[in-house]
Amino acid sequence: MGPHHPSTHGVLRVLLKLDGEIVRDADADIGYLHTGFEKSFEDKTYTQGITFSDRMDYLAPPINNVGFVMAVEKLIGVDVPPRAQAIRVIMMELARVASHELWLGTTGLDLGVYSGFFYAWRDRDLALDLNEAYSGVRMMTSFTRVGGVAWDLPDGWLEQLQRFIDVMPGRLDDFEAMLTDNPIWHQRLEGVGVISAADAIEAGVTGPVLRASGVNYDVRKAFPYCGYEQYDFEVPVGTNGDCYDRYRMRVAEMRQSLRILQQAVDNLPGGPWITADRKVALPPRSELSKSMEAVIHQFRLVSEGFKGPVGDVYAFVESPRGELGFYLVSDGTNKPYRMKVRPPSFCNLQALKKLVQGVLVADVIAIMGSLDFILGDCDR
Amino acid sequence: MSGSAPDTLAQRLSSRFTQALQETSDFRGDLSVVLHPAAVVEVARYLKDEEGFDYLLYATAVDWPARDPRFTIVWEVRSLANRTRIRIKTTATMPEPHAPSLTPVWPAANWHERETWDLFGITFDGHPDLRRILMPQTWEGFPLRKDYVSFGEPVIFSDQKLEGLEPDAIRG
Repeated sequence: MGPHHPSTHGVLRVLLKLDGEIVRDADADIGYLHTGFEKSFEDKTYTQGITFSDRMDYLAPPINNVGFVMAVEKLIGVDVPPRAQAIRVIMMELARVASHELWLGTTGLDLGVYSGFFYAWRDRDLALDLNEAYSGVRMMTSFTRVGGVAWDLPDGWLEQLQRFIDVMPGRLDDFEAMLTDNPIWHQRLEGVGVISAADAIEAGVTGPVLRASGVNYDVRKAFPYCGYEQYDFEVPVGTNGDCYDRYRMRVAEMRQSLRILQQAVDNLPGGPWITADRKVALPPRSELSKSMEAVIHQFRLVSEGFKGPVGDVYAFVESPRGELGFYLVSDGTNKPYRMKVRPPSFCNLQALKKLVQGVLVADVIAIMGSLDFILGDCDR
Repeated sequence: MSGSAPDTLAQRLSSRFTQALQETSDFRGDLSVVLHPAAVVEVARYLKDEEGFDYLLYATAVDWPARDPRFTIVWEVRSLANRTRIRIKTTATMPEPHAPSLTPVWPAANWHERETWDLFGITFDGHPDLRRILMPQTWEGFPLRKDYVSFGEPVIFSDQKLEGLEPDAIRG
């Protein structure tokens, strides 16, 4: 199956050993989108590396941006102002909604729900419009900087976000009216690709796939970052560990993300959006014409960046696909000595072999869809 | 994990595995232990069975060409119930670096160790399916080693001499 099968969501080849229509074994052949990002990180300064991070998981770029700079911030020990934390949370939750919307659309498409794709695309576009209004780019936002975010929110942006928050619950209701109790949707997903909680942990799956099996683990709750502990939200947990539960997890997560977004809009702190530490963050442009020191800082940061101490750290965030981690090794220079990415898609795809034993070929499509892997994230 | 508490994980490990534990560090709250290669599987079993580290996060390696042993092999595991994390490290020497595989303890290490073989050329003893995963099966060389040139083929202009031109010199 593949590498250009439409349901592989990227370029993935799966070698299936079949007995008639029954799958006896599967071997996922990945690497078609391997771009050597981990090697490239070693050649770029910490600030330059931000633009690589969002090109890995291209359906949740803001979350990659935040994860990457969190690793650098942990290494050098810099504080992030509350407004920057809130802007990060807003961008990450928007990305989560956009990613799950796309998942709904494409997985529906694989299983024959053609109209759902258009609704999902329309709704996802609203989130991308917000990305564009904030960062100028619809997908590869690269909006974080070490110590904060690159820009403050533009005028009128919060109103646009509020319209998004207001319109989305109804759109999700429409989706659920179409799918949640749809008998065909049930038949295609219920009891398919079941994995127990113990097996899910052993296989190392993560994110909604892990939670659908009944494991209550979400990085945002377990190890709050960017101030997630201040927001009131729930982590949906499933019981059956099948494709249908994974569908339910993602829809419920979108509703929770909207809750977080509303709280972030209501309680958005004022103040600076990037750290005042001039050793890591650029001085404001207005200072450049007045202060020689600002010019020196600007020059140093733009020409060679900043150095990190010797050491290694692991920072991790909850991406729509699960735990996305960055293991950063520093040798004391201005570039990562080694940047290992722990991609959730890679970890979830590893479980495919186990999940497809004994199922029908048509169910392989449903199972692959339910794992929600992104090959750019998987192959890096 | 603070070093002063009487019963920390680091202290339990160091009293139990006196010989195997070469180094313990706690940098920015990340606990790491460096183990003798021969003891990695034993300590991993202990961590999984008695300390509850049930979830493998990743496995990778770091290349230090100037050091001997040259490679650091890293696994990081988490206990989902206790919300703790530990990084297990060991070393491997050239010319044929190898390390014990932790797939018997954490099956999820399978792909991660394959990737480490693929990109660093480290053989994991006892791995059930050690072959390339990201690079093509026919690929030569190990891209994440530091002596592997990262930017394409050397560009050589017609008026330049080929002799003595190292690919690294062109990278700039």
